[in-house]
Amino acid sequence: MEHIERELRKFVIDNFLFGEGETGLSNEDSFLEKGLVDSMGILTLVAFVQEKYAITVADGDLVPEHWDSVKRIAEFVQSKMAITR
Amino acid sequence: MCGIAGFLNTDGAPAETEKLWQMISLLGHRGPDESGVHIDESVGLAHARLSIIDLDGGHQPMHNGDRSIWITFNGEIFNYIELSKELAAKGHRFTTKSDTEVILKLYEEYGPDCVQHMNGQWAFAIWDTKKKRLFLSRDRLGVRPLFYAKGGKSFIFASEIKSLLVHGAIEAEIDPQALAQVFTYWFPLAPRTMFQNIYELPPGHSLLAEKGEIHIRRYWQIDFSQVEATAEVSEAEEKRITDELRELLLDATKIRLRADVPVGAYLSGGLDSTIITALAKKFVGSSLCTFSVAFEDRDLDESAYQQEVVRTLRTNHKMIRCTAAEIGAAMPEMIWHTERPVVRTAPAPMFLLSKLVRDSGFKVVLTGEGSDEFHGGYDIFKEAKIRAYWAAQFDSKRRPLLLKKLYPYLAGFQKQSPAYLQAFFHVEPGAASEPFFSHIPRWDLTAKAQLFFSTALRAELHDRKAYADMQSLLPDAFLRWDFFSRAQYLEGAFLLPNYLLSSQGDRVAMAHSVEARYPFLDHRVVEFSTKIPPRLKMKVLNEKYLLKRAFGDLLPPSVRQRPKQPYRAPDAICFFDPVTGRPRHPYVGEMLSAERIHEYGIFDTGTVQKLVEKVKAGRATSYLDNVALVGIICTQLFVDQFVVHIKENLSDGAHRARTAQICN
Repeated sequence: MEHIERELRKFVIDNFLFGEGETGLSNEDSFLEKGLVDSMGILTLVAFVQEKYAITVADGDLVPEHWDSVKRIAEFVQSKMAITR
Repeated sequence: MCGIAGFLNTDGAPAETEKLWQMISLLGHRGPDESGVHIDESVGLAHARLSIIDLDGGHQPMHNGDRSIWITFNGEIFNYIELSKELAAKGHRFTTKSDTEVILKLYEEYGPDCVQHMNGQWAFAIWDTKKKRLFLSRDRLGVRPLFYAKGGKSFIFASEIKSLLVHGAIEAEIDPQALAQVFTYWFPLAPRTMFQNIYELPPGHSLLAEKGEIHIRRYWQIDFSQVEATAEVSEAEEKRITDELRELLLDATKIRLRADVPVGAYLSGGLDSTIITALAKKFVGSSLCTFSVAFEDRDLDESAYQQEVVRTLRTNHKMIRCTAAEIGAAMPEMIWHTERPVVRTAPAPMFLLSKLVRDSGFKVVLTGEGSDEFHGGYDIFKEAKIRAYWAAQFDSKRRPLLLKKLYPYLAGFQKQSPAYLQAFFHVEPGAASEPFFSHIPRWDLTAKAQLFFSTALRAELHDRKAYADMQSLLPDAFLRWDFFSRAQYLEGAFLLPNYLLSSQGDRVAMAHSVEARYPFLDHRVVEFSTKIPPRLKMKVLNEKYLLKRAFGDLLPPSVRQRPKQPYRAPDAICFFDPVTGRPRHPYVGEMLSAERIHEYGIFDTGTVQKLVEKVKAGRATSYLDNVALVGIICTQLFVDQFVVHIKENLSDGAHRARTAQICN
């Protein structure tokens, strides 16, 4: 779980904060509240997660409950990986 | 269509002839046919001419009968024939057949109020030798440009900023607030320009320089105060409005065909340019020539619709198919003409199109610009309508789904859940009453690109209040209007003149000596449209309802029924090859290099580097990524041309393409 969070954090900071605020983003911070991602940004995240963790994301999975913070994505990825195994 | 320049030495020193020639020679692209200057003691007027009306008689600067009034004029007064008859009836006698002389006589008759009688697109300066008064004016909607500055002991004006810079009294210093505005609204808010101490005379304004003082007065403005947003409209009333709109636009097109050279038309494949082409065809007949842009990218390309219009209306058509590499290659020269950074590449294909027009032997084209703003065409109106509807019934499950209908051409958008849509579109109960309700999502999102600003620039902007600058420019009545009228005003009063008619209009057309004319921007058409209830412009979510009703019979069915598609051009792929990830052009590597980013001081090297990596990896897919990339490259080019290398560029009289000194 921890290394997934670390990888996701780095991806989010590099791709949505462009390296800014490396210390300012916590794993619980809401992307929506922080205005971090737009509609295409979510899909960029999805593409990254699908490729990196070899999981499949259904359209119905595209809800903030799964995608709105580093922690939530990590939990979502883990649950998906558990199913795959 | 032409370029104008001039100055007034407020200390009474004689006007310097050489300076005047330097200023006007930089505007050769606007007026390649002839040029002239006139000096009267401390005042100098200069003119570069693109001859369109009265080719032999319309030389400028022009004077009146007793040589007491002189004018340098860029533009067209389309009702000059009617005006000259009225003036002749009042005893005025004309020595030319030009519209320029009509302005002189109108000024003799009415003074600065002369502009109230004019139907056209203009920027001019009149020197009244008796009153010792310089009178500057710009057309109602901002079709033709006019900039001015007060530097040292001179008041200077010109069609383009480069002419002001070459005068020498003003240094090229970038205004940080203007940069913040570009990275919010897409453009600096007139009268502000990219340069400190250089101003734009806003649309619908006149300026008097007299007795050492400058007075600026608004003589016209877009006004939605007479429309009843919620009123029911009877079928008879709807028909009356439809008929009147048809008559008005027909006449607006007819008088815009007045020229002593052939007039062509731009064709996008959409409703507006098709209507204008169809109307023009009624007068021009089988010789009408049309011009269009096509793209390699099928999502952006509209050439199938264009061909359909060409077949139906039988025009002589020429098309340019722009590749991403060509668009990228055009950007440096384009920035020399826009004189400001842009955050979208869409002006570049228009720059390439005007070259095709010029190479085809045309100087004048009609376009469909100015319809979306006043006839309910923009998606941002539809978006606002859905958001307002949703905000009024906040818990509705069905409303959010309407937003998905909005952008059928945006891949990926369709998958978003209501919770995301709500967040992206800032929907909250009661939000529709906020003054900038319609535009906040666009502006907020664009302003995020300020994340790339350097620490130093951010420090200069630390006390900037979001949207306070826009708020200060609104008419008093604005807050009394409904959200749809407000949205129309924000598009028509700001985006239209400050971006569409300038960076994407006059500047890129005149770069190749082409004059565009806009029947939808005839002030009679605009004034009429501001009184049409919003519900007739967008019936439920059917955009341009009234326009389709008024002109449907002129259009091919496929164009009448097609979904609205905004004109867009490819962005990031114009600069980086999506396969190799390498810059397509040497200047791209240089402008984005850590050395140049650091040297020019506007952006932060670290964050820009991360963005470039994202682009190279093919992940720069969002609006923000693309706006940031285009904005950063264009700003770097702008600083490079207008600050760092301004002296060489001004002495060359044109943009000097230079070899990249840093390879990345």
